[in-house]
Amino acid sequence: MPTQVIMPQLGESVVEGTVSRWLKQVGDRVEAYEPLLEVSTDKVDTEIPSPADGIILSILIGEGETVERGTVIALIGSADEEITIPMNGTPASAPPETAPAIAHAPALGNGAAYTGHVTPVVARMAAEHRLDLALISGSGRDGRITKKDVEAYLEATPAANPVSAVDPWDQPIEGADLFKPTVDYSASVVAPTHAVPIASVPIVKRADAPIAAGAHADEAGELIKLSPMRRAIAEHMVRSKLQTSPHVTTVFEVDLSAVMAHRAAHKAEFAKQGVHLTLTAYFVAATVTALKTVPMLNAEWRTDGIFIHHEQRIGVAVALDEGLIVPVIKHAGDLNLSGMARAVNDLASRARAKALKPDEVSGGTFTITNHGVSGSLFATPIINQPQVGILGVGVVEKRVKVITDAGGNDMLAIRPCLYVSLTFDHRVVDGAAGDQFLATVKDMLEGWQA
Amino acid sequence: MTVMTLIDAIRIAMDEEMARDPRVFITGEDVGLRGGVFRATQSLLEKYGATRVIDSPLAELSIVAVGIGAALAELRPICEIQFADFIHPAFNQIVNEAARFYYRSNGQWRVPLTIRAPYGGGVAGGLYHSQSVEAFFAHVPGLKVVIPSTPYDAKGLLKSAVRDPNPVLFFEPKKGYRAIKGEVPDGDYTVPLGEARLARAGRDLTVIAYGMMAHYSEKAAEIVATENGIDAEVIDLRTLLPLDKAAILTSVKKTGKVLIVYEDNLTMGFGAEVAAIIADEAFEHLDAPIKRLAAPDVPGVPYAHAMQEFYMPNPQSIAAAIRDLAEY
Repeated sequence: MPTQVIMPQLGESVVEGTVSRWLKQVGDRVEAYEPLLEVSTDKVDTEIPSPADGIILSILIGEGETVERGTVIALIGSADEEITIPMNGTPASAPPETAPAIAHAPALGNGAAYTGHVTPVVARMAAEHRLDLALISGSGRDGRITKKDVEAYLEATPAANPVSAVDPWDQPIEGADLFKPTVDYSASVVAPTHAVPIASVPIVKRADAPIAAGAHADEAGELIKLSPMRRAIAEHMVRSKLQTSPHVTTVFEVDLSAVMAHRAAHKAEFAKQGVHLTLTAYFVAATVTALKTVPMLNAEWRTDGIFIHHEQRIGVAVALDEGLIVPVIKHAGDLNLSGMARAVNDLASRARAKALKPDEVSGGTFTITNHGVSGSLFATPIINQPQVGILGVGVVEKRVKVITDAGGNDMLAIRPCLYVSLTFDHRVVDGAAGDQFLATVKDMLEGWQA
Repeated sequence: MTVMTLIDAIRIAMDEEMARDPRVFITGEDVGLRGGVFRATQSLLEKYGATRVIDSPLAELSIVAVGIGAALAELRPICEIQFADFIHPAFNQIVNEAARFYYRSNGQWRVPLTIRAPYGGGVAGGLYHSQSVEAFFAHVPGLKVVIPSTPYDAKGLLKSAVRDPNPVLFFEPKKGYRAIKGEVPDGDYTVPLGEARLARAGRDLTVIAYGMMAHYSEKAAEIVATENGIDAEVIDLRTLLPLDKAAILTSVKKTGKVLIVYEDNLTMGFGAEVAAIIADEAFEHLDAPIKRLAAPDVPGVPYAHAMQEFYMPNPQSIAAAIRDLAEY
């Protein structure tokens, strides 16, 4: 019996992976724990070791293909072994967890996928929304996928639902006489009737729908295929800003003289311990202090209430060529500046090397994005759900400031300054709390003590 | 607004039309002195006299032929066929003459004739007092076929039929004559021919019916809503010819599942045409096979009570068919 190579679960919420590269080919000998393939998810890229010694008998999932966790992606065995590739949706006699997928067959959704006939409406909806029916579990007789199952799936996965319109029977019509459509919908697609108040009809722009390659063959330009990371970022951004939380941003200016002086004084000392003392470490430290002062920002909105996290886990956004990744500093509340700097160094370098572990990019309770590294003065970043706030750090530049000396005399001074912005979920906190948070950050940074 | 029976609404409609238009008259077996075997024309003889409420010989061919001739002479006859089962002797007059006059004369002659006939089973009427004949006539272009299921519709549709410039067959579900009651506005109103009625809005599946079966389907929808949580939409066709295809297709596109109920024999019953239209024009919206619930293909509605109960669809058997379809 050949050993099955399974697509692993790479992180808590990660449900699928893309085979980015096979490091061995069919017929190659492989040893247990030897790197076998590379897998990318929306969070991390990682090597998958071989689960057994043997010959690669069969590669079931090709490079570039995305399958669900638990899917059998290759078979390893001895050279004389007979290869049998079980079919998707194997009858109940086979344990579901060992029922592997065949190449090109998409992975199972919840348990066994329905493999029989689909009704015309289900086939049409699947085509319209470009759905993989294997991902939808059926509630009809014998597991048949019904129209309602597809509708429920589309509702649960908005990204799979690029085109939508108000069905005629959902359109309000004046008067009690609901049964008689004023337009023959059998002849045309939905056009809101004159009786429908414009404001009540959600307008869905077709431009929101992904444009298929070759849709505009005569257009000069190029289509960049969506990487898993790009697709995930897009989904998260739309969900956060357009579907989840009302974003409000407040901006403070911070005089960084104290921090600059402290850093200059301690840089060499830190370097001796192998720690590169970056400004980011100060920002994370100030953020932790501010979160302890305003715990409502270290929280998340839940249907039954606002959950306050007792631990500060700070995500720090790191820009990569192909997108953005947010490694998380766990237990940030327990770290001193040295520990903070060490953690920042480590996560940033491994993020750039794409060597982060899946659980290092999840579980944050607050996020910092340092958009100042690319020269930005201030920004209104999008909240990393389900968090409540995100701190934007602008570029540090020398500015002329009016300062007042101990004797009450105003004078001009040149100071290293930056803008910090807090974008927060106005469902959870109001402006005053947001300002209190930034004021704490400002006080901490401006009055930095060793 | 008055709560009344189906038969009361029909009588009031004729009474009001006769008062409104002196061209309207009634002829048929026992319509005068007897007031109709179901009392549909009760007291109209006294009110309008023997020239407008005319007892006919026991000859359906001649009842309809007299009606056609009077209609061609610009009168507005209402011919009563005592039971739809007896309409067959008049088939030639209806199909070959009434239906085709307008077309044959290139629009020069028209036949504003209304033929009323009680139809349908469940009244222990046996083979000759229980038939459903609507499918024969719904096959014929040039005719209109109307079947009400509520007193409100009966009055409004019958008035529209009387005023229609073309021959209209008005079939009345006789089991519902006194069993179906409902509110009816006082005074004049019409319900347009060719428009279905949404008897009950629902999301899970569509039940399409007419006449007594529309009434039963509404009851069945209430049963499955209470017992099974199934949200069935019920469409009462009201007019079979011309058929309100838009209402049917809109509902099918909404629910994706259809059950068609009729008490005629299954084979070649009117529901077969409805099923064909849906398959043709809403195929890509179907989430289940189009189902029909109808009477078995036997030569007549049985007289024996138990056999008649078995033969006729009823709220329980419709509810069972709804459950089965909902599960698909």
